[in-house]
Amino acid sequence: MNSRPVGQLDNMSNESNADGPRNSRRSPVVVPGEDLGPSEGVEAGHGVLVVGDRVKSTKQGRMNRKGNTISVSPLHTKYMPRPGDLVIGHIEGCTNNIWFVDIGAPFNSILPMSLGPSKVEFGGTRKVLDIGDSILCRVQEVEETHQSVVTMKGMGLRKIRSGALDELDPHLLGHLIGKGGSFLRAMKMETDCRIVVTDNGRLWIDGDLENILEVRKRIENISSDARIVGVGA
Amino acid sequence: MGGYGDVQMIDENGLRMDGRKPGDVRPITIETGVVPVADGSCRMVWGTNEAIVAVYGPMEAHPRKIQRQDRAVIDVAYNMAPFSTTDRIRPGFNRRSREISKVTKDALESVVLLELYPRSKIRVSIEIISAEAGTRCVGLTAASVALADAGIPMTDMVVSVASGKVNDVVVCDLNKEEDNYGEADLPMGILPNTGELVFLQMDGDLSPDEFKQAWDYNVDAAMQVHKLMVEALKGGAN
Repeated sequence: MNSRPVGQLDNMSNESNADGPRNSRRSPVVVPGEDLGPSEGVEAGHGVLVVGDRVKSTKQGRMNRKGNTISVSPLHTKYMPRPGDLVIGHIEGCTNNIWFVDIGAPFNSILPMSLGPSKVEFGGTRKVLDIGDSILCRVQEVEETHQSVVTMKGMGLRKIRSGALDELDPHLLGHLIGKGGSFLRAMKMETDCRIVVTDNGRLWIDGDLENILEVRKRIENISSDARIVGVGA
Repeated sequence: MGGYGDVQMIDENGLRMDGRKPGDVRPITIETGVVPVADGSCRMVWGTNEAIVAVYGPMEAHPRKIQRQDRAVIDVAYNMAPFSTTDRIRPGFNRRSREISKVTKDALESVVLLELYPRSKIRVSIEIISAEAGTRCVGLTAASVALADAGIPMTDMVVSVASGKVNDVVVCDLNKEEDNYGEADLPMGILPNTGELVFLQMDGDLSPDEFKQAWDYNVDAAMQVHKLMVEALKGGAN
């Protein structure tokens, strides 16, 4: 459990706590409804709202100010699909010619028979991909209503048959990958695992069981560290 | 109404049975991230009340008939554990839990930016582990923290506090005896940054002056509780 007591009536303190000294160089964390200053001459970016003549935060996250744009980088995010994203999806249902895929977004995606992994006869969708199967696919299009279509036509897109799957908050992927992919490359070398990182925060790890467990442990560390120190995007 | 046998719930010094002054709030502890599998969660201990709230979503809304084409829907499930009170509670939903789920949903809908997630659902599960008095306030306040923890966009966080009347004295944050044997109860949901009211219920009778006093107590207490909520959410992140 990555929880810890954080607020009590009589022992509130801005001093250092058991987690060590607070890092003042980081941009401040804001919470929903927090006043971020006057709106005059300011552009509202992600996670903020202009209410009257004030800018207010709508999410819990770190406040960023770039030029005259104020935004909030959330500490927790839900994946929102964009065309071209590589994602790992789970088959949640199917009809005669469509699969419904959970890609971790607020809305399920569809995988039409024509974009499936192989030639499928009408009514034979479950023979190719059954409910509960996991697939590596790509977001083909996202409609205005957030409905998205994924495809398995493309290099490397396949049904996942081996290894293990893990998850990480999408905004923490940068910490897993590192600058220019350095951190991920080092992890692959050290653990001798095949690691596929997808845009929806799901990871496919393939290799020996011990190595898979090692990778999962490292990913868990990234996630728990982010909880403790509030790593932003 | 109005008595607790011969026991005076307010003594000659104006103190209550638990030693608090009329405007005092019970001790509060807030933790976030207590349910690892949830998108956001909160554990709130308020006096001897304890609630755990888990938020999941936004997610695909099922069954499809509950989907709204222009906004998300919030599905609140308030439940008291069978062991949460001295008398065992029959498990499952009842009339009271349905009512509290509904008022909590209505209060949260006024702050969550639902239009950003059309056709989806945000599931809020409120589980009361220990109940003394004012569990609807604890549940609603903890739900606000859990929603913020889940990264759900909101215009503000709802803080809910109740005041009431005991032995003709208006008091803030009623405990069990005051709630059971007092003369009135006024739970409110307040948006601390704007002072707006999103939830109000009243049980019993209050004169206009008493109502004003209870209102003021609730607003003052909401500001104190909001401070703790902000601290809990900022946690060690600064």
